Amino acid sequence: MMSSCTAWGATSSTSIFSTLSTPAREVNHLAYFVLVICALILIGVSVLLIYSLVRYRARVGENTEPPQVFGSVQIELAWTIIPVLIIIILFLGTARVLFSVQDARKPASAVDVIVVGHQFWWEFRYPQYNVTTANELHVPVSNPAFSRPTFMKLTSADVIHSFWVPNLAGKTDLLPNRVNEMWIDPQQTGLYLGQCAQFCGMEHAKMLLRVYVDSPEQFQQWIASQQKAQNEVAVTMPASLTALNPGGGKKGTPSPNSPVTRMEAAAQLVQQVNAHNGKLVFEQQACINCHTVAGTVANGRYGPDLTHLMSRETLAAGAMPNTPENLKKWIDDPDIFKPGSLMPAMHLTDRQNAQITAYLLTLK
Amino acid sequence: MGTDTPGIPIGGGIEAGIDRTRPYATRGTYLEVIHSWIVTVDHKKLGILYISYALVFLLVAGVEALMIRVQLFFPHNNFVSPATFNRLFTMHGTTMVFLVGMPILFGFGNYLVPLMVGARDMAFPRLNAFSFWISAFAGLLLYYSFIGGVGLSGTGSAPDVAWFAYAPLTERAFSPGHSTDYWAVAILASGIGSIGTAINIIATVFCMRCKGMTLLRIPLLPWLYATMSFLTLITISPLTAAQAMLIIDRYLGGHFFDTQAGGSAILWAHFFWIFGHPEVYVLVLPAFAFANEIIPVFSRKAIFGYPAMVSASVAIAFISTGVWAHHMFTIGMTSFGNAFFTLSTMLVSIPTGIKTFNWLATIWGGKIRFETPMLFSIAFLFQFVIAGLTGIMLSISAWNWQLHNSYFVVAHFHYVLVGAIVFMIFAAIYYWYPKMTGRMLDDRLGKWHFWLMVIGFHLTFDTMHFPGLLGMPRQIFTYEPDRGWTLLNQIVSVGGFIQAIAVLILVYNMVHSYFRGDEAGADPWDAWTLEWSIPSPPPPYNFATDPVVASRRPLWDLKHPEDPDSAFE
Repeated sequence: MMSSCTAWGATSSTSIFSTLSTPAREVNHLAYFVLVICALILIGVSVLLIYSLVRYRARVGENTEPPQVFGSVQIELAWTIIPVLIIIILFLGTARVLFSVQDARKPASAVDVIVVGHQFWWEFRYPQYNVTTANELHVPVSNPAFSRPTFMKLTSADVIHSFWVPNLAGKTDLLPNRVNEMWIDPQQTGLYLGQCAQFCGMEHAKMLLRVYVDSPEQFQQWIASQQKAQNEVAVTMPASLTALNPGGGKKGTPSPNSPVTRMEAAAQLVQQVNAHNGKLVFEQQACINCHTVAGTVANGRYGPDLTHLMSRETLAAGAMPNTPENLKKWIDDPDIFKPGSLMPAMHLTDRQNAQITAYLLTLK
Repeated sequence: MGTDTPGIPIGGGIEAGIDRTRPYATRGTYLEVIHSWIVTVDHKKLGILYISYALVFLLVAGVEALMIRVQLFFPHNNFVSPATFNRLFTMHGTTMVFLVGMPILFGFGNYLVPLMVGARDMAFPRLNAFSFWISAFAGLLLYYSFIGGVGLSGTGSAPDVAWFAYAPLTERAFSPGHSTDYWAVAILASGIGSIGTAINIIATVFCMRCKGMTLLRIPLLPWLYATMSFLTLITISPLTAAQAMLIIDRYLGGHFFDTQAGGSAILWAHFFWIFGHPEVYVLVLPAFAFANEIIPVFSRKAIFGYPAMVSASVAIAFISTGVWAHHMFTIGMTSFGNAFFTLSTMLVSIPTGIKTFNWLATIWGGKIRFETPMLFSIAFLFQFVIAGLTGIMLSISAWNWQLHNSYFVVAHFHYVLVGAIVFMIFAAIYYWYPKMTGRMLDDRLGKWHFWLMVIGFHLTFDTMHFPGLLGMPRQIFTYEPDRGWTLLNQIVSVGGFIQAIAVLILVYNMVHSYFRGDEAGADPWDAWTLEWSIPSPPPPYNFATDPVVASRRPLWDLKHPEDPDSAFE
C-alpha cells in the first residue's frame, strides 16, 4: 500500500450534495425534492407492512383459515391513480431542470474548452487562447454580477470515457466519432476533484481529474503562462565559476566565490548541462512521437502535452504528485504507478533518464 | 366434466394419484445414474440440473465478488492487479446474469410450470434438454477463458470489458487476444438456450393446460413465466444480433461499432440496453412469480386482485421494452430523448406499485405463518420497495447525470438482483425443495441463513449507496485514500463476507437435508396449487390421471368443500 502522500488540497469532498456550481446546484435541489417524496413512500409502505405483519400473525393454536378476500376494484384503483399523480409531479419537476440545463444558451462571455478523452488521461484545449494542457483543467470563477461559465465540447480519441466532477456538474460521456456538450458555472474558487466515470480499460481507476476554479486574475495569468512556447534550454556559465580569483570580493559580504557558493553554482551548471543534454535525448528518443513541447521539434499528439508540465501538480492523470523523484520513476517504468498505461518503459540508461528528468523540470 | 361439483375437482384426488415407487432411487451403477441424468428429457430432472448448475456458478461468482471486496478494503490495495480486477468484475456480472440468474429461474420454471398447469412434461422435452446443454456449454466456454491464453498462473484471457462490454473497447484495437471472443460466443450460446426454453415455456403454458384451466385460472406462477418468456424472446434477439455484429467487426472487417472506421459506439449501447433493461424484468418476473405463490400460502389467503396481478405483470413486460435508454442519460441524447425515457421509466413504477400493494393486501387480514420461505418473502417485499424507490431516483434524468455509473447504481441494481431476486430464489428453494427431494430443509439452519443474509445484505448494499453519493465511480480497481470512501468500503466488504457465510449455510443445509431431512409428504405447507397434489418427489410424468380444475386453487376446493373458490370465480 502506498501511503497517502498526496497533497491534494481539494476544496470539498466529492459529494454530489456539496455543490458549488450551477448546474449541479439545480440538480441538487431536484434531488432533495425526490428524496423527500421517496422517503415518505418508504415510510408509508414500511408502516403498513410492519403493522399487518404484527396484527395478522398467526396465533398459537389457531387452526381456522382467515376469511378469503379476492380483491377490490376501488382499492386497487386508488393505488393505481395515486402513483400516477406522484409520477406526474416528479416528471414535471424533472423536465423543468432537464430542459433548463441541457438547452441552456451559451453567453458570449463563456470560456470554450475542448475535452478529449484518452486511455487514460484528459486533454484540454482552449481554442480561444490557443492553449493545450492535460489532466488539470483551469476555469475562471463565475459570479452573478459577471457570469463567465465554461462550455465544454467533449469527444474521445479512443474508447468511451465520462467527465465527472460531482461538485460542479453531473457527468457527460466522451465518445469517439461524436461531440457532446456540457457546461459549468462555478461560483467559488478552489480545486475540485473528479474522475473518469465510464469503464475505459485497465487503468480506468487512475484516470483522475482536477478542476481549478481560478479568480479572473489568476486565470489570466495562467493562460498567459500557458501560451508561452518553450525556448532553447540555455546553458549559462555562472559568474562565480568564470571569475578565477578565489579569495576576492568585498569584505563583509559572503564571498560569491566561497567554496559553498561555488559548489552550488557548479551543481546549477551540472543541472543546466543535464537539462540541455536531456532535451537532446528527449528529441532523439521516441518521446517526441507522442508528446508535444511547444517551440521545439516535439509535436506528438498521442500523449499529454508537456509544454508546461511543471505547472501541473500531478503526473499521469493524478496517479501521483508531480515531484522530481516521481517523474524520474515514472519515466523509468510507468507500470510502477499505472500498470497498463500506454506509455512504454523506454529502457533508458539511468544517466539518460536523469537528463530527461532535468529537461522536463525546466518546462515550467 | 366434474367442474360443477366443487368437492372433487381433481381427477383421482391426492391419494389415488400417488405412485408409490421412488422415482429417483434409481437402481444401477453410478455410470448408469449419470447416464440417466445426461440423456434425460424429463422436465423435473432438467429443472434440477439447471438449478444445480446455477448454484455452482453462484458460488464461483460469489468468490469473485469477495475478491473484489478484498481488493477494495483498503485504498491503493494490491490484493489483485488492475488487469485481474477488471476480469473479476466482468466475470462476476456476466456469470451472475447469464449463468446464475437465467438458469436458476429457468430451472424453477422447468420444474414448476408443467406441474402447476397439470401437464406431464414440457411441450418440447427434447428442445428442453438441448436448451439446457447448450447453456451448460456456454458456461464452460466462458470459464475456459481462465485457462485459455496465458492462464493457470493468472486469470488467463477472461473477459475484461465489463458486463455491458461497451464498444469500441471490445474492438480488436482495444481488446486484442481472445478475451472478448470468449465473452461474445458464450453469451451467443447461452442466448440460444434461453430462447429455446422461452419458446418451450410459452407453448407449455398455453397449450398443455389441464382440463378446466382457463386463462384466468392459470396460477400466477405460470402466467408470469409465460410473460417472462415472451420478454426473453424480445430481448435476447437483439443481444444475439449484437454479438454477431461484434464478431463480424472483430473477424470479418465489419465496422458496426468500430469508431476508427466510422462505426458507432452508441449503436452498441442501444443494442445492449434494449436487451439489458428488459433483462432485469426477465429476472424479476419469476421472483414476483414465487412471491405470488408463497405469500398467499403463508398468509393463508388467496392472492389479492388476481386479474390486476396478471395485467400488471403483462404491463411491466410491455413498458420495460421502452425504457432502455435510461442507461444512457449521460451519453449525449437530446433533451427530448432524456425526457421521454424519464417518463417511460417512471411508468414502470405503476404496475410494480400495484403488485406491491396487492401483496400487502394479501397479507392484510391473513394469519401469517413465519416459516423460512415467508421470512425471505417479507424481506423481499421491503427490499423491493427500496429498490423501486432508488430506481425512481435514477429515472430522474437530471439527477441521473450525477448518479449514473456511480456506486449508487451498483447498490441499486444489487438491491434488485440480490434483495429482490436472490431473496425470492432462496424463498423458492425453501418452499419447493421438499417437493423436489421429498425432504424438508432444516428449519433452524434456515433461520440462521435468513438472518445472516438479511444482516449481511443490508450492511453491504445499504452502505454501498453512500460512496456513490460521495462521488465513487463503479468498476475502479482502487481509490484514493482522501475521498472519505475507505470506511464505507470496509463495511461493504464485511457485509459481503457475512452473506457468503449465509450462502454456505444454505449449501450445507441442502446437502445435509437431502440425506437426513424430515420426510416432506405430498403437501407440507398446506398449499393450494396442483404440484402439491402429487407425491414428493413427483413420479415421472407427474400425474397418474389427468387433473381437472374448477378454480385457481384446486387444492383449496378439495380441502374446503364447504367454501370452494369455484363458487366465486
